[in-house]
Amino acid sequence: MAIHLWWIGEAARDEGTMGMVRTQVEGAFETEVVEWTGAQRPSGTFDTRRAQHSSRGMLGWLHATWPGGATRVLGVTDVDLFMPVLTFVFGEAQLEGDAAVVSAARLVEPGNQALTVARLAKESVHELGHTFGLLHCESPRCVMARSASVRAVDTKQPRLCPACRDKYRLFQQEGHHVYREDQNPHR
Amino acid sequence: MSTAKTRILIVDDEEIVRESLAGWLEQDGYTVATAADGFEAIAQLKDHEWSIMLLDMKMPGMDGLTVLEQSKTIQPATTVVIMTAYATVETAVNAIKRGAYDYLVKPCDPEELSLMIQKIVREHDLVRENETLRRALKRDYKFRDMVSKSAVMREVFQLAKTAARSQSTILVLGESGTGKELLSRAIHAESPRAEGPFVAISCSALTETLLESELFGHEKGAFTGAVVRRRGTFEAAHGGTLFLDEIGDISPKLQLDLLRVLEERKFCRVGGTDPITVDVRIIAATNRDLKKAVAEGVFRDDLFYRLNVIPITLPPLRDRREDIPLLVEHFVERLAIEMKRPVEGVSREAMATLMSWEFRGNVRELRNIVERAMVCASGAVLQLDDFKLGDNPSVPVKVAPASLEEAERRHIVAILDQTEGNVSQAARILEIDRVTLYNKIRKYSLRAPETTK
Repeated sequence: MAIHLWWIGEAARDEGTMGMVRTQVEGAFETEVVEWTGAQRPSGTFDTRRAQHSSRGMLGWLHATWPGGATRVLGVTDVDLFMPVLTFVFGEAQLEGDAAVVSAARLVEPGNQALTVARLAKESVHELGHTFGLLHCESPRCVMARSASVRAVDTKQPRLCPACRDKYRLFQQEGHHVYREDQNPHR
Repeated sequence: MSTAKTRILIVDDEEIVRESLAGWLEQDGYTVATAADGFEAIAQLKDHEWSIMLLDMKMPGMDGLTVLEQSKTIQPATTVVIMTAYATVETAVNAIKRGAYDYLVKPCDPEELSLMIQKIVREHDLVRENETLRRALKRDYKFRDMVSKSAVMREVFQLAKTAARSQSTILVLGESGTGKELLSRAIHAESPRAEGPFVAISCSALTETLLESELFGHEKGAFTGAVVRRRGTFEAAHGGTLFLDEIGDISPKLQLDLLRVLEERKFCRVGGTDPITVDVRIIAATNRDLKKAVAEGVFRDDLFYRLNVIPITLPPLRDRREDIPLLVEHFVERLAIEMKRPVEGVSREAMATLMSWEFRGNVRELRNIVERAMVCASGAVLQLDDFKLGDNPSVPVKVAPASLEEAERRHIVAILDQTEGNVSQAARILEIDRVTLYNKIRKYSLRAPETTK
């Protein structure tokens, strides 16, 4: 099992950024993480009225374009993402799906590239966590905590809390990642 | 927080809105469903219970406001949040007026939506918790219409429940307003006679002859004005319970008559000769010290022993102050329904004052005070001002059991405090000479700093 990281941003791929994301994702999910370097870039996801890209559109594009070869793919971008009801999202993933997308657009800390990258790495782990069936965690320091603001992202650690890690391991041992209501960490 | 039990219904005509919002909320562990229009939403409201409904204002067919209005009839407990892309003050006010919790302008900040949902869930949890607590309180602390959590009262309830199952005469003792009649009614309701009548009569309210006629009835022509034959309360209570209130106030002649009925279960109507047999359980009550009355020779000892088969003493409210919040809540809840006033509770400050009130009139006085406050109150929570306690003859006191000596000691300390330790001045206020005060200071070992500031 491996996870593909794919830079699909408008700017050129940054080795340092992608390296940091890869390290954190590897640490969190104890699995091999490989960078996919396909040259294609998302199309048909831009909403001219909102001047943002649809996160859902991004997921659709990933599904259609990614050639496979791993169990998950995380598209990493620098364009601003939105969901219809919300002004923006840091990323989106389908629960128990195989694709996720994360954007650095709203995570940028001017003059502090390290902090920007650290935030991006946390949100990358977070979105991938959803694809493994993990829900939002009530512990504000867990990477799976709901982060609707940069402040909340900064409160989090880049790791799964012990409860979420146990859940993730259980899902993996059982050979599936089906989200089950009775294992909902929020109950 | 019980997110899994929180069910959210998203109503929007745009599929992308429904799907993305549902996905976003599902990641929080909520159970989410969607409806594409107003009709589907109404059907969902009829079929399932929803904690929250996120409702789009502008939809073809049936608009959000109509769905909102109907939801208030179908499922009034559902919290409705209106979503609108065209927010005007007018639409928002309109929605809130019709019972929406709040409104969201699309697109909204993710933090705003997240916090709003969390707030609603927390409020729902609180309401649920309160209900559970209330139900538990009622179950544990209730005996019919009486509520108490004090150990003494719970013993009273236990004894009353046991006594209710017997046929024995019960004597309920306690100060005015402690609930003697309420307890008697509860005993009747718990007894095998519950289907029979409960007849109450106050023995102090009537003259001897009137009371005699009330109790035993009279034959036509028994006395002037007895134009028809009349059944008395003993007959009226046949098969049930007769509650004789203020039994300590009856005349020696009636004491004797009553004793006979209790012994023989038979009596004659006033002016009659045919004995009438009745099956009546007697519960007598008084606020008097009957033993003392017996010792003084004003109450027959044989009647006292006939009545005193199962004595139950109700403590005054000042001896069970821990019941005040429970009783206040009980009265507020009942009166809110009776008076049709949307009052939900009592402020912390008002409750603290009620807790230290003397309540010479006991629970009855407390009930009257709460009722008056509910008439005066303008808000949903009764404030201290609403109780108008200043007009009450009772004096707020912090009563603690104390001996006369302890009371004297405390009073001296208070006066010395007031005079900042000046003994001569304190002696003048206490109207005793200085030497006596010095002796008392020595006796109670009162020294600085307690006696001086």
